[in-house]
Amino acid sequence: MADLFDGIKAIGTGFSTTFRHLFRRPITEEYPEYKRVLPERSRARIILTRNPDGGERCVACYLCSAVCPVSCISMQSAERPDGHRYARWFRINFGRCIYCGLCEEACPTSAIQLTPDFENCRQDILSLVFEKEDLLVDHCGKDPEYNFYRHAGVATPDGGKGEHIGEDAPVNIKSNLP
Amino acid sequence: MSNWIAGFIVLMVKIAVVLGALLLSAAYLVWAERKLLGRLQVRLGPNRAGKFGLLQPIADALKMLCKEDIVPSAADRVIFLLAPAVVALTALLMFAVVPFGPPIVLWGREVPQVVSDINVALLYVFALSTLGVYGVALGGWASNSKFALLGGIRGAAQMISYELALGLSLIPVVMMAGSFSLVDIVNAQAEMPYIVFQPVAFAIFVIAAMAESKRIPFDLPEAENELGAGFHTEYSGMRFGLFFIGEYVHMQVLGALTAVFFLGGWRGPLLPGPIWLFIKIILVALIMIWIRGTLPRLRYDQLMALGWKVLIPASLVNILLTGAFLLV
Repeated sequence: MADLFDGIKAIGTGFSTTFRHLFRRPITEEYPEYKRVLPERSRARIILTRNPDGGERCVACYLCSAVCPVSCISMQSAERPDGHRYARWFRINFGRCIYCGLCEEACPTSAIQLTPDFENCRQDILSLVFEKEDLLVDHCGKDPEYNFYRHAGVATPDGGKGEHIGEDAPVNIKSNLP
Repeated sequence: MSNWIAGFIVLMVKIAVVLGALLLSAAYLVWAERKLLGRLQVRLGPNRAGKFGLLQPIADALKMLCKEDIVPSAADRVIFLLAPAVVALTALLMFAVVPFGPPIVLWGREVPQVVSDINVALLYVFALSTLGVYGVALGGWASNSKFALLGGIRGAAQMISYELALGLSLIPVVMMAGSFSLVDIVNAQAEMPYIVFQPVAFAIFVIAAMAESKRIPFDLPEAENELGAGFHTEYSGMRFGLFFIGEYVHMQVLGALTAVFFLGGWRGPLLPGPIWLFIKIILVALIMIWIRGTLPRLRYDQLMALGWKVLIPASLVNILLTGAFLLV
């Protein structure tokens, strides 16, 4: 008998809860009218960022292309006369991209980054293939201070080997002194 | 002859009005259900098509009419095409015996406000309700898909076991009214609706009616999260739409039957008969939606246990008690 009363009470509680919900303001966010601000690190449309001094960060190392699980990134590498590598062309097929963010993790120069801009639907599927000029932006993205060639340990116009930030002088391989 | 023609025209007009009202209110019952269910779950519900989403049923109907009508290559074609029609047809036909007002006098003729006042109306309702099971079971079987078959089997088993409780719960009503005709049953409630005398029968009837119309918490035949969509997994376009219409017309018919058997039918103060019947149908439908928004789905064995071990014995005891009271 006590079980019966418990059961009736439990069902009654359920009904009163749903009834009270009738008078609560719905928590729905109506999307096209109200756009919630997404977290800075949420993953959507991919960009190619630049150094603080305005140069392209991408050194066309192919790591993003290699790690991409759906193979939507392709590029052709080239080298400037000063030895600085860059991508001659760089192409992302957003019709195939799954926005997993592995390219961003693989990138050694912080060049390729994902942005919170997810409203990227197109009627024409071919217009989802983005070329380098569509991808390249004029800012540093989420890593504003970083400049790969300041840390890379290779000679640049700013200095020789071992003269950049946090670099030690090259080891003298002709000597066995520590 | 002219008498016969006039009667025929009146009958046709009545059928047209009833069918039109039933189908239109089925469409808007879907809207009301989605809207109310949304609010019960602290959501908004449909609000894009027209003001408050009022054009949503029309948009849905257009969408379903424009969709491709797919028949699986392994399906039993004839039965597959027939099954949705059986479900919708039996649900619509059931309304033919529901009285929606007192007889009115038009051009010197007395016109009863019911499509057909047959003296075994109650048996007719049960016959059609049972035939509706064929639509579910055959639709599930003819799809030749395991989910649909499981849904069809569940539907047949569930509806046959709840049919018994549904029928037995109404025997006290028939005993008190002394007639199978729904018109007579409504007239017998002129002073007091039967819910006052038969609260147990009312509860059994409503529970069994919800199981009959395959609504949550008794929606095992179409359990979305176990069976896809159960017996109508393989249906698309307007054939699925027919199942859908059938379900919502069934809901209205059961609301109307609840009103007729327990709430006094079209009888009520001030307002005309059809309006009172409509209010009572909507009331029952809203309570069904509230139940859907609250209770989880029963397990299969719980469903069977409730039907066979609780509802049927309770209704048998209720018949005995009613008989004893009537004798005394």
